[in-house]
Amino acid sequence: MIFTNIIAVLMVSAFIALLVGKRFARTLPYIAAIGVLISFALLAHFASNHHDLFHQAMPLVSVPWISSLGIEYATFIDSLSFILVALTLILALVCILVSVSEISQYQNFYYFNLLAALAGIVGVFAAADLFLFFFFWEVMLLPMTALIAIWGHENRRYAAIKFFIFTQVSSLLMLVAIIVMAFIYQQQFGDISFNYFDWQQLNIAMPLQYWLMLGFFVAFAVKLPSFPFHTWLPDAHTQAPTAGSVLLAGVLLKTGAYGLMRFVLPLFEQAATHFAPVAIALGVISIVYGAVMAFAQTDFKRLVAYSSISHMGFITLALFSFSPIAYHGAIVTLVAHGLSSAALFAMAGMLYQRLHTRDLKKMGGLFASAPRMGGMLLAFVAGAFGMPGLLNFVGEFMTLTGTFTHHPIATAFAATAMIGSAIYGMYLFQQSFQGKPQENVKIPDLRAHEWLLCSLLFGLLLYLGLFPQALLMHFDSIYPSVADAQLIGGKL
Amino acid sequence: MTALTLLPFFPLFSFLVLIVLSKRLSWHIATAVALTGIGLSFIASIVVIQSLNVSASSGEGLTQSLWTWFMLGEHEVRFAFYVDQLTAVMIAVVSGVGFLIHGFAAAYMRDDENYSRFMAYMNLFICAMLLLVLAENLVLLYLGWEGVGLCSFLLIGFWYKDPDNAIAARKAFIVTRIGDTLLALGLFYLFMETNTLNIQEILAQQQTSPLSDEAAWWIALLLLGGAVGKSAQLPLHTWLPDAMAGPTPVSALIHAATMVTAGVYLIARMQGVYLLAPEILNLVAWVGCLTLLIAGIAALAQEDIKRVLAYSTMSQIGYMMLGLGAGANVAAVTHLMTHAFFKALLFLGAGAIILAVHHQQNIFKMGGLLKRMPLISILFLIGIAALIAFPGTSGFVSKEAIIAELWQSKTAGPVFWWLAVVGAFITSVYSFRLVFITFFGPYRAEHELLPQRHGLIVLPLVILALLALGGGYIPTHLEQVFSAPVASQHGPAWLHTVAIIAPLLGIGVAYLLYFPKTESSPAVPGTSSVYRFSHNGLGFDSTYNALVVKPFVWLANINRKDVIDLLVQLISWNTFTWHSAMKAAQSGRLRWYAATLGLGTALLLLGVIL
Repeated sequence: MIFTNIIAVLMVSAFIALLVGKRFARTLPYIAAIGVLISFALLAHFASNHHDLFHQAMPLVSVPWISSLGIEYATFIDSLSFILVALTLILALVCILVSVSEISQYQNFYYFNLLAALAGIVGVFAAADLFLFFFFWEVMLLPMTALIAIWGHENRRYAAIKFFIFTQVSSLLMLVAIIVMAFIYQQQFGDISFNYFDWQQLNIAMPLQYWLMLGFFVAFAVKLPSFPFHTWLPDAHTQAPTAGSVLLAGVLLKTGAYGLMRFVLPLFEQAATHFAPVAIALGVISIVYGAVMAFAQTDFKRLVAYSSISHMGFITLALFSFSPIAYHGAIVTLVAHGLSSAALFAMAGMLYQRLHTRDLKKMGGLFASAPRMGGMLLAFVAGAFGMPGLLNFVGEFMTLTGTFTHHPIATAFAATAMIGSAIYGMYLFQQSFQGKPQENVKIPDLRAHEWLLCSLLFGLLLYLGLFPQALLMHFDSIYPSVADAQLIGGKL
Repeated sequence: MTALTLLPFFPLFSFLVLIVLSKRLSWHIATAVALTGIGLSFIASIVVIQSLNVSASSGEGLTQSLWTWFMLGEHEVRFAFYVDQLTAVMIAVVSGVGFLIHGFAAAYMRDDENYSRFMAYMNLFICAMLLLVLAENLVLLYLGWEGVGLCSFLLIGFWYKDPDNAIAARKAFIVTRIGDTLLALGLFYLFMETNTLNIQEILAQQQTSPLSDEAAWWIALLLLGGAVGKSAQLPLHTWLPDAMAGPTPVSALIHAATMVTAGVYLIARMQGVYLLAPEILNLVAWVGCLTLLIAGIAALAQEDIKRVLAYSTMSQIGYMMLGLGAGANVAAVTHLMTHAFFKALLFLGAGAIILAVHHQQNIFKMGGLLKRMPLISILFLIGIAALIAFPGTSGFVSKEAIIAELWQSKTAGPVFWWLAVVGAFITSVYSFRLVFITFFGPYRAEHELLPQRHGLIVLPLVILALLALGGGYIPTHLEQVFSAPVASQHGPAWLHTVAIIAPLLGIGVAYLLYFPKTESSPAVPGTSSVYRFSHNGLGFDSTYNALVVKPFVWLANINRKDVIDLLVQLISWNTFTWHSAMKAAQSGRLRWYAATLGLGTALLLLGVIL
């Protein structure tokens, strides 16, 4: 019941926020925070009672929903979904903290959308029924679009529509694939079923399997996003309110990676193997292209957006190299990028509130007036360019160590991102905080709640960076059935 | 062993105190905190070395494991330290010389408004450097490796308000990062082949089941890539002269005594792998040899006292690389140690001079300092004597040891011997050019001299001068770590004599060229095109700018709008265009509909008929 409870708590607090209305607008962040904290407490309570159960998927609920089509309300949990839901809830707190001083219009509707999007994301990670999965996939999309379209920056409508169309078109492909899969199940086993565990027994012939796999892959590659489906991301990030960017980078992109891990690799082993060279090429292109594009940007948020594309390329590369080490690296990268990119977008928001610009050319020398902020920005930039000691390094290092065995050339190209990320990272930090101060610009240093937020995120990155086993020990056995034995041969 | 566990973390603790309390600390307290941190590290180093010498007559090192960092498949990457005689030299140099430089820095940076932050960065650097040399595995070494890079960035750009300093900091970071990436690839390759990243396990494996020739070749090459980045060797050497933008104690600590020798340490540490790839050892020798010559020539044409010393550092590290390439690891690491002494002395001496002449760094605006600040001048001259390997100094012991092994080495040979001797000659020419212009002739500065007599300025210099003289005789037991030198017997008898005479000859040449003949004759920098060429570091910077930096920036900027997005916009443009065309057709006017209906029918009929 754990995920159902969390979704219920989030949705209830969403509606409370909506009903509270403008009159008690000041209570809204507290309502949202209480909802998130209750969810977090539920999750922690569940974790403390189930240490041992993370090593395999554990079904939670299964209730018939549309029984004539075999659709169920079914959820399950394993270490992957647990970690991602925990990440979602942590970043939910970050979203609320950054919204406090930023949002002044339609606050009740804003918090409603924020909480509804969170509920949708948790649902995506929880669903064991593919129809339910698709349902939640849409649930998270709509409030997210609203967040961008209503509370975004100057060009918000364009960005929101672009985001919506990209995601919608690609998810329709996935919907077609889901329906076909259900019918194939009916052909092979008599009953129609959308259940994830049922589908694992499917045996689909090759050309068809390939097309079905592509249907899923495109939907997830757009969300990830992978080159060449990435162009919605810079616009959406740049225009979204801070919390929107945090949510987008921190968890929404992770749903794409989650889809690849959960569905594409285990359900379509053979097709994924055939497709691997293409996927690896796309991953490497994303890594390099994202890094070069990031360097060319002059908009703080656009730069971070392109760096996200680069980092998510590591996920594609890791997953399609079918190396257990790289797979673990991908999981670490998910968490690390979630935390560090959320932090960078939060910083962008703080700077925008102080300077009313995101243009790096109009910044400079801010270190003199805001040294703590500068120190924190450098720390998060260091995380992004893979400074050992922070979590991002572990993910990147494991990914590349794992992939090198199978794809040395691709890995060598991917490794150039270590140079690229240093270039754009240092450019970002120096352009804003070093150099000659713009005439008499004095900005206030981190305020209490900003300090709290930054130290929370940095503390997590550092702690997990030094003790990543705290995260990885839960993943000993969840390397998916994906043909590890036959593909990897003896080489582990 | 507690001392070993805590060794690198004392400075980390000082860093935290300094960075958190920052400006709330007075100079005295901040200095006390900073010096305590590194001082405790030095004491711990001595304790560790003592117990190493007691326990390790067998050549075994000490290991101290703290926790499991992460798992690479079956292999456990640990947060663990390993100490043998090579590590012992490194930790003693890093914490000992580091301590003296910290003392000097306390006086040098006293009036800076961000004094605490400066000392915090210095302490953090020491922590990272100690982790680098103590690391039991290559991943932890990489952590230290990146850590010193980041601290170097912070310290070069410490006076960040000047854009030039910020650019120099960025350049240092990015150029070394290119090397770091090659190093990382080397680690991936090593892990693929050996399934471990533990240094001692890798080296032990080479005894039983050595790497294939191809693997050893690639791994040695990639690790060399990392080494040339950090140690400012050809072709990734261009960042070091610009790194002099940092405060002078930083140049002494990071860009002379410690961080830049990390590459030498890495190659020495991985000797077991390099011995399997003699072609790469030969390449190491070439890299060292070319760097020492090119840097020496560039040093001949510098006007900034710190840039002379920077090129000199590159050149001396070139000697160490040459020694490693020739298999003379003991001599190379000994030179690393003596170089740390005398180059720290030279940089700190330069710092004292720079303070005295009001932050003037141009040697042509100094002059006559021997008479005006005799103590500092004499200490500086001791450093110079060690640098040119004047007989009796520490530099003589180590540099002659390297040169002596070149002739007979299988991976070097007579050519390298000759080039090294020419390098030694050039070293003494540029050194005494510096000496004659700075210390002799008339005083040319615009302001009155401010003699430096603060105890923290003079004392570290005196200690370093003693080390520069006698440091070559410190017992190191390095031969326990390294395989015996490749060459067993020495070459012809005249080699030794020539190698000793070459630097002395250099002094004579420098005297003829640069000594101010009369009290009034002004020393001026050269103006010829050859002079300009070597002044600019033999054109490497401009070549890289034209070939790499500019094309990259151009490529990135031209695609700022993202060509892929244009394709997407083409789709939407297409939709909008058809939309407006269709909309125009639906005008709601009956006459228009009738006319188009008629026209359409006519066209259709025409089609049918034809």
